[in-house]
Amino acid sequence: MILLVLIIVLMAGGLLAWVAEKWNPLLTRWISLTGTLLDFGIVLFIWLNDNTTVNPSDSSWLQTIDLPWIPRFGIGFHLALDGLSLLMLLLTFFLGILSVLTSWKEIQYRVGFFHFNLLWVLAGITGVFLTMDLFLFYFFWEVMLIPMYFLIGIWGHENRQYAAYKFFIFTQASGLLMLLAILGVYFIHGNLTGVYTFDYFQLLGTEFTPEVARWLMLGFLAAFIVKLPVVPFHTWLPDAHTEAPTAGSLILAGLLLKTGAYGLIRFIIPLFPGAAHEIAPWAMLFGIIGILYGAVLAFAQTDLKRLVAYTSVSHMGFVILGVFAFNEVALQGVVMQMITHGISTGALFILAGSLYERIHTRDITQMGGFWTKVPFMGTIGLVFAMASLGLPGLGNFIAEFMILVGAWQANGVLTIFATIGLVAATAYSLRIVQKVFLGKEERVRTLVDLSLREKLIMVPLVIVIVWLGLFPQPVLNTAKRTITGLFPHSTSLSVVKEGMKTKGGAHD
Amino acid sequence: MTKNDFLSIVPLFILTSSAILIMFSISVKRNHKLIYAITSLSLAGDFIYLMVTISGNSWVIEPLFIIDGFGVFNTGLILLTALAVTMVSYAYFEQREERKEEYYILLILATLGAAVLVISKHFVSLFLGLEILSVSLYSMIAYLRKRERSDEAGIKYLIMAAFSSAFLLFGMALVYATTGTMEFSGIATYLESVKDVPILLLAGFGLMVVGVGFKLSVVPFHMWAADVYEGAPAPVTAFIATVSKGGIVALLVRFFTAVHGYNYPSLVGSFTVIAIASMFVGNFLALRQNNVKRILAYSSTAHMGYLLVAFLSGDSLGVEAVSFYLVAYFVTSLGAFGIIATLSDKDRDAEMLEDYKGLLWRRPWTAALLSAMLLSLAGIPLTAGFVGKFYIIAAGVSTHHWLLVVMLAVNSVIGLYYYIKIIAIMFEQQEGEAHPVGRLNPAAYIVSGVTMAILALLLVWFGIYPEGLMTLIKNLVTLN
Repeated sequence: MILLVLIIVLMAGGLLAWVAEKWNPLLTRWISLTGTLLDFGIVLFIWLNDNTTVNPSDSSWLQTIDLPWIPRFGIGFHLALDGLSLLMLLLTFFLGILSVLTSWKEIQYRVGFFHFNLLWVLAGITGVFLTMDLFLFYFFWEVMLIPMYFLIGIWGHENRQYAAYKFFIFTQASGLLMLLAILGVYFIHGNLTGVYTFDYFQLLGTEFTPEVARWLMLGFLAAFIVKLPVVPFHTWLPDAHTEAPTAGSLILAGLLLKTGAYGLIRFIIPLFPGAAHEIAPWAMLFGIIGILYGAVLAFAQTDLKRLVAYTSVSHMGFVILGVFAFNEVALQGVVMQMITHGISTGALFILAGSLYERIHTRDITQMGGFWTKVPFMGTIGLVFAMASLGLPGLGNFIAEFMILVGAWQANGVLTIFATIGLVAATAYSLRIVQKVFLGKEERVRTLVDLSLREKLIMVPLVIVIVWLGLFPQPVLNTAKRTITGLFPHSTSLSVVKEGMKTKGGAHD
Repeated sequence: MTKNDFLSIVPLFILTSSAILIMFSISVKRNHKLIYAITSLSLAGDFIYLMVTISGNSWVIEPLFIIDGFGVFNTGLILLTALAVTMVSYAYFEQREERKEEYYILLILATLGAAVLVISKHFVSLFLGLEILSVSLYSMIAYLRKRERSDEAGIKYLIMAAFSSAFLLFGMALVYATTGTMEFSGIATYLESVKDVPILLLAGFGLMVVGVGFKLSVVPFHMWAADVYEGAPAPVTAFIATVSKGGIVALLVRFFTAVHGYNYPSLVGSFTVIAIASMFVGNFLALRQNNVKRILAYSSTAHMGYLLVAFLSGDSLGVEAVSFYLVAYFVTSLGAFGIIATLSDKDRDAEMLEDYKGLLWRRPWTAALLSAMLLSLAGIPLTAGFVGKFYIIAAGVSTHHWLLVVMLAVNSVIGLYYYIKIIAIMFEQQEGEAHPVGRLNPAAYIVSGVTMAILALLLVWFGIYPEGLMTLIKNLVTLN
């Protein structure tokens, strides 16, 4: 029941925030903040009380709720929470709070409708991370699109309409392919067993012929690799990230991309283990291409937000590399990468947003020498640039290191190329610091350092990224149950194939 | 005629008699309000009668009619749609100078025609229904004579409809010549008795497809749609988009199921080509328009293509999908055209994209409703359109029509672009002051507003909780 509350709080909060604008825009902001804080509190409470790591015989599902919705098609309102979803929800609500805070001053136009959209995107994302019914999954997958479209299209920068269109059409097109694949799975399972259902747990064991499995998997894959994104399906991302308002970029980079990675882990691997193995080398290759291509393009950008957007392409290359390495270490790394990338890239977008508020440009050729004027901001910028390049001691290092260790076991040659990506990351990350904070001042400006509100946003981010870098074990423990559920027997590649066929954990 | 025969076609009598009643009433005194009340009461009363006497059994009136669950469902749908059109019509026609009372007679007669269509099982009743519908529509389209494009639309429709009726008649004649019967079941019996379908019969079917295709405005018979949609008054456009097309779709389903058309590759093949062509041509033409009514005209061509996908799936799931999609499409189209009607002023309809610029900030509720309608047309979750599209894809996938469903998916994306375009324009900020629109007292709009609100609620309700409608359809719509 508590899972339903999570979604209802956001949806009701969104409506309330919209209505509250009539009386006072400030009330709108406080309502949104309360909503996200409440959800964050609930999830944090569940996490702190989670003792599955202590008691491994427990089911990996911490909470479930299963209500009939459209029995005609065997569709249920089925939500369930395990370690992976829990971590993703923590990230969702954490970034959700920050996105409300960062919009506090930035958004002055149609405040109510903005917060309505913001909370509904978060509600859609929450649904995606929780649902265990394929129809419901598609439903939430689409629900998070519309508000995001509005966030970009109404409150974005100059070229917002184009970016919003592109984002919407890319994700819709790939989503529809996934819908076809979902229906394929549904009917094949129904024909085999006589039970027509969209329930994830019942569909898990379905046997497909290799040919069919390949096509169905491609349908799912289409949706996830566009969202992730994998080169060459990434072209919506730089536009959308650049044009979106700060909160939009934060949610896009921090959360929406993660739904793609989550889908790979939750659906592709358990549903189509055989087909996923078949394409693994290709997927890893595309991961490498993404890592290098994203890094090179990031280095070439002059628009600060666009630069950060391309680093996302590069970092997400690691995710697909890790997922298709098919071992526990790599997948643990992927989960870490999802979280740390959300934190570090989110922070860089917030920083770009605060700079834009002050100097009204995102062009880094017009920046330079800001360190002396805004030392606090500079320090924060340096921390997250270091995080982005994978400096030991910060969370991203753990994530990328684990992915590389795992990928090495699967494919040595490709991993060597992936490692080059780290070098490229150093180049573009240092370029951010150099162009923005160091060097000669282009133009004399008056700059104010971070306000209390902005410090309140940035400091927790710094704390989290350092904590993840120094003491990642709680996160790894939480994710462990889900990931070992994918590989019950062993982590070595030869036995993985058999292991994959068993279900992803016991269920009531 | 037995008592049961009579009772089962009382809905048709109610319509006929109310048309006559309105005529008398006009001859006594012209009173828009009164006529409007009679029309809505008789449509509502008719629907209530249908609900009260509804039963699972089907009743056949030889040789013309069959009143079964499918027929009742579609009749009910048509009546409710006509009622919604009436609701919108009042405010729309009230602010126009011309004589408005006769419009309601035509509206009721057109509804009668469609209601006859969906229960017919014989060529004669089919043709009668179709002609009652068409002839009423000729005059409804050209009803506002003083408008510049009214005549053009009316004449275009007249010529094209007459032309297609001729094709249909010729086709029927050929079928009759080969089979010796005009009853659907008789044709089916004949088809079962022969090994190869005679070429003459096939030609007859082909000519009938032309006639039906015209009414549905599927490619390549779609040329009239945009001009007629544009020229006709907005409520009439809503009627054409819904009742007129829905009646034909229901008829098509009944005929095809009766003669087991799914067993004939030539028929299925031609419909497949028509479906795919309609989706692509409709969507691509819609992309290039800057008139909302024209966009909706071409989008309706595409939607008919989607419907054909479900229709071609053939099994009971397909029929369910067609029925559900019709409901969703009716609600959505009524809403969209209703809003156009509400926004229109004395001289012209609010049809250009500029008219919608910044609508969200001027009239937030209207814009929100129109956005909901457009999102439903695009098939976005939380709306009836999404469930309808899901139903169609499910029907297609279950019968392995992969080509069709993939085409449908591709086209949904193309379609998305122009629906979103309208929404984006509504969300744009308006520069300068909006010129005030001359309108009558706001009270006239209350009914339209309430109708729109109900439609929007239905749209969301069917989108979130479609089970009720699904069960209703499943129980009623069983064709064998």
